[in-house]
Amino acid sequence: MLRLGGAVEKTFMIPYNAFHFKTLCTAIKSLGTMSLTLEQVKRIAHLARIEVSESEALSTQGHLNGIFQLIEQMQAVDTTGVEPMAHAQDLSQRLRADLVTEADHRAAYQAVAPETEASLYLVPKVIE
Amino acid sequence: MNQWEVVIGIETHAQLATVSKIFSGASTAFGAAPNTQACAVDLALPGVLPVLNKQAVECAIRFGLAIGAEVAKKSVFARKNYFYPDLPKGYQISQMDLPVVVGGAITLQVGLGEKAYEKVVRLTRAHLEEDAGKSLHEDFHGKSGIDLNRAGTPLLEIVSEPDMRSSDEAVAYAKSLHALVRWIGICDGNMQEGSFRCDANVSVRPKGQAELGTRREIKNLNSFRFLKEAIDFEVQWQINEIEEGRRIQQATVLFDPDTGETRMMRSKEDAHDYRYFPDPDLLPLIISSDWIARVQGELPELPGQMRERFVNELGLSTYDATTLTASQEMADYFESTVAIAGKANAKPCANWVMVDLAARLNKEGRELTESPVSAAQLAGLVQRIADNTISNNIAKKVFEALWNGDGDNADEIIEKQGLKQITDSGAIESLVDEVLAANAANVAEFKAGKEKAFNALVGQVMKAAKGKANPQQVNDLLRAKLSG
Repeated sequence: MLRLGGAVEKTFMIPYNAFHFKTLCTAIKSLGTMSLTLEQVKRIAHLARIEVSESEALSTQGHLNGIFQLIEQMQAVDTTGVEPMAHAQDLSQRLRADLVTEADHRAAYQAVAPETEASLYLVPKVIE
Repeated sequence: MNQWEVVIGIETHAQLATVSKIFSGASTAFGAAPNTQACAVDLALPGVLPVLNKQAVECAIRFGLAIGAEVAKKSVFARKNYFYPDLPKGYQISQMDLPVVVGGAITLQVGLGEKAYEKVVRLTRAHLEEDAGKSLHEDFHGKSGIDLNRAGTPLLEIVSEPDMRSSDEAVAYAKSLHALVRWIGICDGNMQEGSFRCDANVSVRPKGQAELGTRREIKNLNSFRFLKEAIDFEVQWQINEIEEGRRIQQATVLFDPDTGETRMMRSKEDAHDYRYFPDPDLLPLIISSDWIARVQGELPELPGQMRERFVNELGLSTYDATTLTASQEMADYFESTVAIAGKANAKPCANWVMVDLAARLNKEGRELTESPVSAAQLAGLVQRIADNTISNNIAKKVFEALWNGDGDNADEIIEKQGLKQITDSGAIESLVDEVLAANAANVAEFKAGKEKAFNALVGQVMKAAKGKANPQQVNDLLRAKLSG
């Protein structure tokens, strides 16, 4: 478990792990500095299909770079010998028996869908 | 193509043989009406959580053990993020940094007959993931239709090292893997239904160069023939490009079976950036040593082990042993036949299963499991050939009769149709005498040194005996009489 100073721990709610955190840091480091350019912010927004205006992109860049400063601080912590953690809870995955337990509720699900035809959910045309 | 070396790695998606989905209790049965097997989890409705299917994990363990890989005591599920309407969550649950199966290898036979050779292909990893739904692009007033029945179906993605050096090796690998997953019962292997599909990473490099060339990935090949055609086309295309002074750009391509060509789907520039991260909805998967030991204990004899046993204990050739272990059904049928006919008759049993029976089944488009001739019936037939009751030729007649249900077993048919071989030398001798007397011309030709005339005489005797005379005895007697 990664142990950090109180303030940092509170702000950076680590949902994942030191292991992933390291990956992230390596990725960011490979960019040269621990900060994102405006272009990179726009690319991330595009990948997440979030439309951001110029001013939103700028403020988001500020927020994200704030987080990276935090990460920079955290990188100072010596994690040698700390086993990477995959989840905040120290538990393992519960498994279910291979049984069909779900009945067909298509009618109910499709009643709240924007558009259906021939039992299919309709979406704007996509062809790759 | 002398100066070029082909390098191929294959990624395979094998649909796991579970009745329910990997993270939900919806059915995985093929062919249901659209969206009747897509539950709230598969649709990614708000508030749902995935719960892992134990059987899917067990399938992965079986596979790992069958290929001599390491089954990870701890593996982690990750989200692979991309947007497509048949992926309702906006991410696919997969495994990235810590897959469930690491390493391993598969030994294959490549080619036929004397040119056949053995090849070891190393595996990089195999990981569990969920399948996406299906998009239908027929015209729905300019929209696409989405069927999510397949969403959440468990898959094992099996990744090989770039160890293959020709399309033949790639096909041999895919076939071996296909046979193996069916053998150990983790996948039905139905390629038409998409239960087993391959992506091939193909590159070429000058012979002797250590560094790999730039690869292009051919997506979604769902038949062995397409796999071969696609690779052959792609290799030639890449060589032409390089020889004409162009560089290969990393890309994903699709194979068009109608034209036999590959065409670019997307280049590296617009390649997906999947932004993997561990899925917070799923805890690490812990697999205990006890569980692994239990699965190990339940594994059947594997094709490779059986192949060796057939060679060592039954004296079959490697080729025969490989063919007979191509599927569990074939191996079972052969073993049942030998169990009755006896180990001494293993070779004729192998021939009958691989040649005569296979050809007959093929002719009628039937599977071995639907064969009208049972292993016991075939064994009875082989025994009658072995004890000289019937010749090989007559045996084909008896086989046909068994196939048509003209009798319960070979003995009954031989008896009923009077097919028992004539081995009484007195009877054969009188037939030989008759034939010699009636075919003076052939006799003269033979004496003038024409060996062909001898065969004609043998044919005449066999005809007179209605095919039932023992061919060896006929041969011996004729030779004796003619030289006398």
